[in-house]
Amino acid sequence: MQGKTAGQNSNNNNKQKIHDMMSKHSNRRKTVDKIVSIFSIACVLAAIIPLGSILLEVIKNGALAISLQLLTQPPGAIGATLEDSGGIAPAIQGTLIVVGLASAIGIPIGILAGIYLSEFGSSTGFFPHAVRLFNDVLTGLPSVVIGIVGYITIVVTIGSFSVLAGAFSLSIIMIPIVVRVTEETLKIVPNSIREAGYSLGISRWKITLFVVLKSAKSGVLTGIVLAISRIAGETAPLIMTILGTSLFFTNFDKPIDALPLRIWRLASQPYDTAHSEGWGAALLLIIIVLIASLVLRLLVQRKGFRVKTLHV
Amino acid sequence: MKKICGLTIDEAIHDRLLKVEPSKKDRDYDQVLYKVSIRNLDGWFGTKQVLKNINLDIKSNVATAIIGPSGCGKTTLIRCLNRMHEMTPGATAKGRVMIDDIDIYDKAIDPVIIKRRVGMVFQKPNPFPTMSIYDNVAAGLKLNGIKDKRLINDIVEESLKDAALWDEVKNELDKPGMGLSGGQQQRLCIARALAMQPEVLLMDEPTSALDPIASSKIEELVHELKKELTIINVTHNMTQAARVSDFTAFMYLGELIEYGPTDQIFKNPQKELTERYISGKFG
Repeated sequence: MQGKTAGQNSNNNNKQKIHDMMSKHSNRRKTVDKIVSIFSIACVLAAIIPLGSILLEVIKNGALAISLQLLTQPPGAIGATLEDSGGIAPAIQGTLIVVGLASAIGIPIGILAGIYLSEFGSSTGFFPHAVRLFNDVLTGLPSVVIGIVGYITIVVTIGSFSVLAGAFSLSIIMIPIVVRVTEETLKIVPNSIREAGYSLGISRWKITLFVVLKSAKSGVLTGIVLAISRIAGETAPLIMTILGTSLFFTNFDKPIDALPLRIWRLASQPYDTAHSEGWGAALLLIIIVLIASLVLRLLVQRKGFRVKTLHV
Repeated sequence: MKKICGLTIDEAIHDRLLKVEPSKKDRDYDQVLYKVSIRNLDGWFGTKQVLKNINLDIKSNVATAIIGPSGCGKTTLIRCLNRMHEMTPGATAKGRVMIDDIDIYDKAIDPVIIKRRVGMVFQKPNPFPTMSIYDNVAAGLKLNGIKDKRLINDIVEESLKDAALWDEVKNELDKPGMGLSGGQQQRLCIARALAMQPEVLLMDEPTSALDPIASSKIEELVHELKKELTIINVTHNMTQAARVSDFTAFMYLGELIEYGPTDQIFKNPQKELTERYISGKFG
């Protein structure tokens, strides 16, 4: 009887103590809460201000330069007056072709490798482990080095700077990003969904493609958009692979121009008209990436809830 | 005529259910007495044995409940009946499981095809998240290559009716399956399994995530469904086992302790362990 009362007393004491401690800390907690919020807002600003100012500067200088001539004409003579200076049309065409071709190579390989790592490569096996490691290393590889690889493997082999070499190099930059994002997104899809598929006697590849990948598509798409934006702005690997030219596309084994290359060429000229065209080209590149990502998102969202048509 | 999972042997070979040579098809199968017969079944997760020499015979068109404390191997046992167990990395099973007169662990059997004949409903409702109600039910058929739209429409309607969900969803078949309530989602999963026209339906604690009203709907369903198929139901809920099942199996630590008509198990258990579990003294 006495023991029980003593126990209850100590329980009450503990309760009291805990309440006291919590109310003592509640003021401090509110302050800490505020400090953390302010700090995180400050960090957001620190990230946005440089980005915003770059964007503003590009728009300010680039918007004036954009004209029908810039969009449709090949480059004119260096140092010519504005009327004769031509445009950047081959660069626009080249960027679309090289990035498009690189995506056509890189996206399927990246997605399939990501599917392998998430769905088929056991987490303990040696091979998947090695693939994951090399993939991470590849993500951090300087793009110049990838350009040299493109130069040695393709440019030297076929004896010419070419669209193919450029697309090859850019796809190598693209693949590890797509692989990583695909793997991580597929891993989030709950296993119960896969089991539901297995329990219906559906083969594994169909479940992976039509159920698992479909559930994860918005994440995979984010990876693709990220990878496209990344390669659209690459310059270094292009210098060593597509070289750059003032002419329009002729063939896949011939040099071609691209917007980042053209921006770099224009910026290194000592003429104001060239600089202005460079700003215009930079703005165009941003707009192209923006449109590409919007179009991809729209495409997937619209298809997001199509019913009664499981295309098999 | 010898039958395998409801198919004649020729049909089974044609359906790739059996990978055997046509010349071997006249193997002498024993006469079918039970829908499901489990013989000397052992199951492992890695080196840990979770099923120990299970022997169990289940008659056609009855509901059988498997009861027992957590971790006793109930779920593993039913996952062995459609070869789902071995899909977990490191999990293995050894022994014989006969469905009709075919050993589903026979090397000639493709485990994918067994799953089309033995349906499964899981503990938590798991409709396909990107699919509509209609597509959830049709997915098994469509992804298994059936293209006849009228046939699919008919089966979707029939399955949803059999799962007692049709009246609630018939006007919103194109809404997402995830938008339904938990109980409706579970009945959607039952409809999805029924669409494959299984002969055995495995239910792994199908009501444990549901409220009492949704649970009682599923229980009523079991009564209806067993007219058409054989139901094996794992449950934690002993009153549910007593209400819905014709036979009850009690498992403990990976072993089958007692199996018999539900009345007998609950009113007059033969083993002391069963009696103590039923009366709530442990578990």
